[in-house]
Amino acid sequence: MALQASKVQVGDTYTQKLTDDLSRTQIVQYAGASGDYNPLHSDEIFTTKVAKYPTVFAHGMLTMGMTGRMVTDFVGDGRLTAYGVRFTRQVWPGDALTATAKVDAVREEEGESLVDLSVTTVNQDGDVVVMGKATARIDP
Amino acid sequence: MAAKKFPVEAGHIMMFARAVGDPNPIYHDAEAAADTEPGKTIAPPTFYQASAQFDPDYFLRPKIGEPWFGSGKEPTGVPPTRTGGDGGTGLHAEQRFEYFRHVSPGETLTLKTRPGKSWERQGKRGGNLKFSENITEYYDESGELVVRATGVGVRTEKVVESD
Repeated sequence: MALQASKVQVGDTYTQKLTDDLSRTQIVQYAGASGDYNPLHSDEIFTTKVAKYPTVFAHGMLTMGMTGRMVTDFVGDGRLTAYGVRFTRQVWPGDALTATAKVDAVREEEGESLVDLSVTTVNQDGDVVVMGKATARIDP
Repeated sequence: MAAKKFPVEAGHIMMFARAVGDPNPIYHDAEAAADTEPGKTIAPPTFYQASAQFDPDYFLRPKIGEPWFGSGKEPTGVPPTRTGGDGGTGLHAEQRFEYFRHVSPGETLTLKTRPGKSWERQGKRGGNLKFSENITEYYDESGELVVRATGVGVRTEKVVESD
């Protein structure tokens, strides 16, 4: 079911828990599915000894993809017209992530109803890991 | 370089949706998808990035028979030229998608890539930050633009101590 313009108001929020404990294996799954095999995301020896990070970390695009689930669950299947984020902080194995959409505007354009959303995902410490915007077609 | 052709496949969408932790049946169950508003399986919003699978030269995938910069016998298989050895590192700063239509398995998309804007900004710790956009447009078989993806990369440079 898609959102309805008559039932959504500026300032409304929708929140979804994305993970309680991000696993290294999920990061490997994302590497395999996306094709991005950068060893920074799966190779502990390279990442600690060569790149000098404390451990491997998630692809920014994994966090964006996980956050996208929250957005499409909120607005409905096939309704997105735009979705963009900035990557503000690394996501580490073990992180718990929660994503929130806030309604910025409900508007009409060329006879269609659209909703503009601010999108934010935070970790267990409340630090923002991605933030951005999305726009979707909604029902009148 | 980027992929020129991106065949959109049901199994690939299923694996991608699993990887991003999205259990929505529209991504893995064709019968359930038939009862949704789109009426069929569609690609999740960030799936378009997985076109990297079809780029023969994608540098973040090991190539058969070639050295790889991840660990094997040694912590890295090649000198770390792309990973900080030049004193700077590249990071994905931002990603945007514009959707004109959502695609389904069985379609083959054609990609066109071009550089977008580039700009510089002074970093908080004195290093210069170089931002650059890369725009990829995905066209369907009738030549219609279906998705535009804009990635923003940032390269950090080490502070040069001179004067």
